[in-house]
Amino acid sequence: MAVEIQLRVNEKAYQSQVEPRLLLVHYLRDVLGLTGTHVGCETSLCGACTVLLDGKAVKSCTVLAVQADGSEVTTIEGLAGQPEAGGKLHPVQEGFWEKHGLQCGFCTPGMILTSVQLLRDNPNPTEAEIRRALAGNLCRCTGYQNIIEAVRYAAKKMKSRKR
Amino acid sequence: MVTAMRYIGKPLKRKEDPRLIQGLAHYVDDLRLPEMHYVGIVRSPYAHARIRSVNIGKAKAAPGVVAVLTGQDLRGAIGPVPCAAQIPDMKSAPRPVLAFDKVRFVGEPVAVVVATDRYAAHDAVDLVEVDYEPLTPVVNPEKSLAKGATVLHEQFKDNLAYRWELEGGDLKKAFKQADKVIHQRLINQRLIPVSMEPRGVVAEYRPGEKQLTIWSSTQIPHLMKTQVAVMLGVPESSVRVIAPEVGGGFGSKLNVYPEEALVGYFSMHLGKPVKWIESRRENFLATIHGRDQIDDVEVAIKRDGTVLGLRCKIIADLGAYYQLLTPLIPTLTGLMISGCYKIPAVRVEITGVFTNKMATDAYRGAGRPEATYLIERVMDLVAAELKKDPVEIRRKNFPQPKEFPFTTPTGLIYDSADYQKTLDRALKNANYAKLRKDQVRQRKQGRHIGIGLSTYVEICGMGPSSAMPAGGWESATVRVEPTGKVTVLTGSSPHGQGQETSFAQMGADVLGLEPDDVQVVHGDTAVVPYGIGTFGSRATAVGGTAVYKSLVKLRDKMALIAGHVLGEDPQKLVFRDKKIFSKAGKKSINFGEAVAAAYVAKTLPPGVEPGLEATTFFEPSNFTYPFGAHVCAVEVDGETGDVRLEKYVAVDDCGNVLNPMLVDGQVVGGIVQAVGQALLEEAVYDDQGQLITGELMDYAIPRASDIPWMETARTVTPSPVNPLGVKGVGEAGTIGATPALANAVADALAPFGVRHVDLPMKRERLWQLMHKARAPSKARRTK
Repeated sequence: MAVEIQLRVNEKAYQSQVEPRLLLVHYLRDVLGLTGTHVGCETSLCGACTVLLDGKAVKSCTVLAVQADGSEVTTIEGLAGQPEAGGKLHPVQEGFWEKHGLQCGFCTPGMILTSVQLLRDNPNPTEAEIRRALAGNLCRCTGYQNIIEAVRYAAKKMKSRKR
Repeated sequence: MVTAMRYIGKPLKRKEDPRLIQGLAHYVDDLRLPEMHYVGIVRSPYAHARIRSVNIGKAKAAPGVVAVLTGQDLRGAIGPVPCAAQIPDMKSAPRPVLAFDKVRFVGEPVAVVVATDRYAAHDAVDLVEVDYEPLTPVVNPEKSLAKGATVLHEQFKDNLAYRWELEGGDLKKAFKQADKVIHQRLINQRLIPVSMEPRGVVAEYRPGEKQLTIWSSTQIPHLMKTQVAVMLGVPESSVRVIAPEVGGGFGSKLNVYPEEALVGYFSMHLGKPVKWIESRRENFLATIHGRDQIDDVEVAIKRDGTVLGLRCKIIADLGAYYQLLTPLIPTLTGLMISGCYKIPAVRVEITGVFTNKMATDAYRGAGRPEATYLIERVMDLVAAELKKDPVEIRRKNFPQPKEFPFTTPTGLIYDSADYQKTLDRALKNANYAKLRKDQVRQRKQGRHIGIGLSTYVEICGMGPSSAMPAGGWESATVRVEPTGKVTVLTGSSPHGQGQETSFAQMGADVLGLEPDDVQVVHGDTAVVPYGIGTFGSRATAVGGTAVYKSLVKLRDKMALIAGHVLGEDPQKLVFRDKKIFSKAGKKSINFGEAVAAAYVAKTLPPGVEPGLEATTFFEPSNFTYPFGAHVCAVEVDGETGDVRLEKYVAVDDCGNVLNPMLVDGQVVGGIVQAVGQALLEEAVYDDQGQLITGELMDYAIPRASDIPWMETARTVTPSPVNPLGVKGVGEAGTIGATPALANAVADALAPFGVRHVDLPMKRERLWQLMHKARAPSKARRTK
């Protein structure tokens, strides 16, 4: 019954036998022990489980592990390994810390990864564009304002690095 | 307050954040123990039914399943769900951890499955067959008391849980002297807290040591330890509760639920670690709800806008059973009913009723948002009745700063305030005069612009033990370790508020160190002395004060030691830059040297004990009463009924501030939760008692794209209740903002002849109000 999958997660190659129904988020958390990706609703409505799948932000609670076969996955634990980060905190992570973009922290990994994709697609977003991009990630603590500040901080920082 | 204020009052970045932004923190579901087993819970699909039989045969035979137990199996084995609130003549209807004869709300646990794997547990839940005999559900709280209504708890003759009355001042006289009396029915809809992390419990029992460790996503680890020990009938000294990283609470985790005891029980009986993680659906169904009141208010006024008296009848829908504080919450509405106004006479009658729904309990604000919504709508109704500006009505009824401490007709003593100043600042920041001027012009252009304000006061820093069901004090132990690093153990249980940072700021300033020298530890009952927890905006005002007092005790002891070494008067020493200086600054020793002296204990002054540890159990003399003024502007779309929030200005006063960045974060987050109540959120049960807003698809919490930029500012009126002068701020935004928004939308629709709009002010509701006003004949025809 188990199916073999091969994928790369945070730049490391993995080969696993998984049940076809195993969700990607449970594969990451329970099989690989990468518990930084959170499960908030199991219905792709809250965004806490967002990871990058081949560079695109996806909600890993509604992706099967077998669908990720052959893919490259980046989770919050691997963000420091991304080109923009250069082994340190990613500018988006830095922004969340600098601007108090989190309180309880549960939505934060998903928020950060969605923001990373936003800034790759649109390096200089307006407030409205940030709000729209984050509309699929729910936060109950911050009221979003400081998250927007965090994204702006990261945009500025990434721009200055490019120069 | 302290010798040098280098860090207190500064927006220091959080010490909590590095682990949280890198995915390195540990919430309950992140715990991995060898041989972990998983719990799945069978829950009632009926709101009200008799359980005829439960067939567990198929579930028990399913792969990976190690145990299936029903309510009958566990009857008497685990004590009922605790309720700490006591109200005279309150009916007590204890909730069993698993229903065994009847179910009384959709989502009530009926049986438990334990399996070796998460998926297997969930599969087996579906294999448990329960035969129910459906009974008529009681859904409408007003009809719950009607003659012939089905009774939830058959040992009683009706669904009345309690009546509670409070009267102060001469109400008869007030209504006799009134020029006018205004009536209004206000509904504070049922809400669902929706912390982003659902609840979760892990339990590990070690039979040799007879030690049960429970990790729970909770705001009250110590109270939980006591309650779980009682429920399981084990000595409290053998139970340890750990609140690991907690992903939001908002009151929903200020509780003890069946799952903590059940998971503990299974761990003890299987001898394996057991995990239960709540699904979002379960979180909607079986974690406490908030609000749910129907308030009929009558207010006696003079023609000049003076409010003479207020009478209110409250029906509080408590749900099927009590949780920890369920019956108490509506009484907070009663106590705070006069808001920040000088109303000489009030009377409140609360009728708490049972219905076939999940229990209501403390949800961010807990009783005060209801009071504030009520009194702030009343102020605007008075203004509308007298055709006066709402600002004028509020000014007329404020107590003046010199009247503080101010005693309310409900018997509370407000500690300190200047309501006028905060309102003036909010009006200035919002440019209220211009907003009003623009509104006249915009209305002429056919736009539906509304301006709303609210001036609120809340009751925080909970609280003196005399007024609390289970102790209102808080504990703190501070230890300077032999290496000179400082450990702060707090009975508060922060879950996002940031006290690992703000308490470290305090430690650094009192002892002349850096915040990184101070480590704040919380949430582990084996490590931290007994405490109460984080709720009711108390962690800084009560918990922080306990920390401060312990810090001062330690500093004083270190001064004795340093003074002895230096040959200086201990009272004149200054702690700064990791050194202890003589007053003139000529002599000093390193902080670490004084610490070493305390531990090596060879040069201690006579009568001074070795070691550096101090504990305080701080009992506050009163609550604190933060306050503020919020102003907002909305535009209602005449075609769709959509509300666009154009401007939001908040000026809050929570006394002194330890870290302004954290305070602003609390305020903005709170306002956005209030936007949810005002515009979007409503827990709806249908006439069969099914929760039809039982998922994030149907229950709309605010998204980033729903809201504008919130402008915050502060006035500072220190509290005399504690030496820090702090008041608390966790609930302010949620309390102040809903009425401001409600007043703005009512104002926007005033030209349609609309006097009041019920919450949540959803587009269909507003569209209908406008539509009826525009085309009365057509509306009548289609009815």
